[in-house]
Amino acid sequence: MDKRARKFVVIGGGLAGLACTMKLCEAKAEVVLVSYQAVKRSHSVCAQGGINAAINAKGEGDSPDIHFYDTVKGGDFLANQPLVRDMCFQAPAIIHLMDRLGVAFNRSPEGHLEFRRFGGTLYSRTAFAGATTGQQLLYALDEQVRRYEHDGQVTKLEWHEYLEAVIDHEGVCRGAVLHDLRTGEIFTVGGDAVVLATGGPSQVYGRSTGSTVCTGAAATSAYLQGAKYANGEFIQIHPTAIPGHDKLRLMSESARGEGGRIWVPKKAGDTRSPRDIPEGERYYFLEENHPLFGNLVPRDVASREIYDVVFNKKMGVTGEPMVYLDLTHHSKEYLDDRLGGIIDIYEKFTGDDPRRVPMKIFPAVHYSMGGLWTDFKDDGHGLIDHQSPRNQMTSITGLYAAGEADFQYHGANRLGANSLLSCIYTGLMMGPGLIQYAKNQDKVFENVPHQVFEDAADKWKDRIKQIKSMRGKENPYGLHRELGDVMMEHVLIVRENAKLEKALLLIDDIEIRFRDIHCLDTTHWANPTPSFINQLHSMIHLSKIITVGALLRNEFRGAHYKPEFDLEQPHDFDPHEYVDYLEQKHYGEIPEGAFPEDHLAYMKRFEANNENWLKTTIAHYGEGKPHISYEPVDTSLVPPRPRKYE
Amino acid sequence: MASDNIQIKVKRQDGPESKPYWQEFEVPFKPHSNIISCLQDIQRNPSTCKGERVNPVVWECNCLEEVCGACTMVINGRVRQACTALVHKLDHPITLEPMSKFPVVRDLHVDRTRMFRNLKKVKAWIHVDGTHDIGEGPILPDEERAKRYVLSECMTCGCCLEACPQFSKDNNFLGAATFAQVRLFNAHPTGKFDQEQRLDAVMGEGGIADCGNAQVCVEVCPKHIPLTESIADVGRQTTLQILKNLFFK
Repeated sequence: MDKRARKFVVIGGGLAGLACTMKLCEAKAEVVLVSYQAVKRSHSVCAQGGINAAINAKGEGDSPDIHFYDTVKGGDFLANQPLVRDMCFQAPAIIHLMDRLGVAFNRSPEGHLEFRRFGGTLYSRTAFAGATTGQQLLYALDEQVRRYEHDGQVTKLEWHEYLEAVIDHEGVCRGAVLHDLRTGEIFTVGGDAVVLATGGPSQVYGRSTGSTVCTGAAATSAYLQGAKYANGEFIQIHPTAIPGHDKLRLMSESARGEGGRIWVPKKAGDTRSPRDIPEGERYYFLEENHPLFGNLVPRDVASREIYDVVFNKKMGVTGEPMVYLDLTHHSKEYLDDRLGGIIDIYEKFTGDDPRRVPMKIFPAVHYSMGGLWTDFKDDGHGLIDHQSPRNQMTSITGLYAAGEADFQYHGANRLGANSLLSCIYTGLMMGPGLIQYAKNQDKVFENVPHQVFEDAADKWKDRIKQIKSMRGKENPYGLHRELGDVMMEHVLIVRENAKLEKALLLIDDIEIRFRDIHCLDTTHWANPTPSFINQLHSMIHLSKIITVGALLRNEFRGAHYKPEFDLEQPHDFDPHEYVDYLEQKHYGEIPEGAFPEDHLAYMKRFEANNENWLKTTIAHYGEGKPHISYEPVDTSLVPPRPRKYE
Repeated sequence: MASDNIQIKVKRQDGPESKPYWQEFEVPFKPHSNIISCLQDIQRNPSTCKGERVNPVVWECNCLEEVCGACTMVINGRVRQACTALVHKLDHPITLEPMSKFPVVRDLHVDRTRMFRNLKKVKAWIHVDGTHDIGEGPILPDEERAKRYVLSECMTCGCCLEACPQFSKDNNFLGAATFAQVRLFNAHPTGKFDQEQRLDAVMGEGGIADCGNAQVCVEVCPKHIPLTESIADVGRQTTLQILKNLFFK
């Protein structure tokens, strides 16, 4: 038994999947790496800004514990703390490893790693490689995996799609059903465990900052098989993206950091060129509504304000969902010096020069904090026991999740430059536990009856055949866009229960129309249409998870904003008062006059709200819809407190 | 662009062995739209100009912001990414063809496996002792880093090879992208340790000496990677290696 090579199936070739593959190969395991396309083209390449690690390279007094605090606070205390803390403690070693793998990180004058500031922290904690940090990190891991492929330990199945886990009669995952996207063949591959490192679900919203493969279909497939899906309603919206017919491309926050002003014409539907609109006829809504912070309000506030102007006030530029981000008051020289890179991107994709005309931007779906529920085992000292097979395992034994596909690490809102970290961290961290899991099995997949694998493949052969026979009226690509429009209009930045209920009805309608789809292409070779229709089916279910979760969560936390349940923090409130409040409560009565009356009332509201809602949303599939329950969050290390960014 | 519709001629091919044929589509003109959104419009209404219902066009894409390299095709005779090809900047009617130097999978989707295989041939990676924590990486000046950074932006899109007169389907020329990767890894303080193996791989048939110096690769590279300079540099490294092999092996 001991001589047998451990064999794993890793689905997804982004940062998490590649990091996991590399780690498993290092432990002498064999890996089948499955990817929808060449792994080097995975969505991780889109990340620009950087990756966080509290190395304290600038002597600012930064530490992994402060990184941990910033992250759980940024996530509005909804993240399980030992995992976050472990990630932050591993971060410096991860950056050094990536540096050793050859990532062209920017350097300091002395030749060490250079770091810069990012949102949600006061420290220079973000390492970066030009403006393409994600691409550079992905390439470094791709190269290491290519080495193992060259040495025969990795078998890459690119142009293959994961359809479902093979689950035996004991409910244990023994492999995966795959779809060869060129030949159309459906087959199974066995493994000691299967890892879903399949990224986020942003295609549910039609257009986003995500890539076309980010459909969330693999994670949803696991959910449809019984895996728990957690915190689905927490979707991060980035305030400034470049609207496009095909995609919403990110426009870095640094544009506003350099004095960019956001405005719309005061006259709705004004068709004049922005340069012809006089100053007095422009509505600088962020500056007017937030005199102190102006255009540099936090991301969630900016996103909410833009949404309000466009959808409630109907004041979007030329009636369309966009607002101006104006840099034209700066000289060309200044802009080229400070913002050259991002100005070029805008120009390349829109054909307009931001030095001469204001940019047109709109908030965009950017990241899912939610994902497949995964387990962990802490070491009793506020960190993680890295040998535990429980780490990153979904609620289906033997099926694991990593990267954006899992729900851990970011709570209700993710901080910038923490996503690249969490992807690489999960991939690496889960390695030893996976090996332990494979070692401890009492039965290996080779001894599972063939019939289990055959049945799984047959089910999907029938399913694809059935999809190909669909001869209805609905165009699947058109229906996908409609689903995206529903989600964009009803389940985006500002959430209201009436609108969420309406969204569910509209999604039901789309689900009914789905049955009337026309499979446009029924050929056998390299035909993406049946596969897309199946993904659309998953996206419909995923849209329900997000919407039902949002409907039931009656509070305002992180990215989930429901104005009706805003606790209305007093303007002069200091979050430290809440720590004092808890302490005084611990020792008995709160002395009279210890806190201003409105502060005390707010803290009581805050405490009661946490009592109700500081918990993880769990979606369980049954009878065509998600059933929601809640689980406690591990807040054993830092007591939750009100969030405030001055 | 005066007209409200755009004519797009697509060179289609049902499979690797099938004969190519042309089809013409008409999609609505939208300001700032790119070729990707035109192809998406065709997906939503897969009818030719003649009103014939056809299979949607198959192409490869992912990031749609010119960092993944997937959507490379020949647009109006020029190889480039479809995501950054804006329709109002193109001559009309627009023609879309698959790259000619790689086997066609279907329609505009080609098989670029050869490029990834070449990366294996030249050992385009850094051989580390392991992923465990052994501290900081090598200290190096930012200028060195910057030189490597431009090379490491190569997204294996294949533009340089499509344009290269030397690179063809029936030879085994490694091509500019691969040579630039050899330079990238040989320039790294640790990667340097394997430089002899990489240089051995670019000697001989299909290697650096086969470059005809047409210099078109550098003109079509969407990332402005100094390809000709890299080829010259790797050429010099190879010459030195040949001499070394001659005298010391």
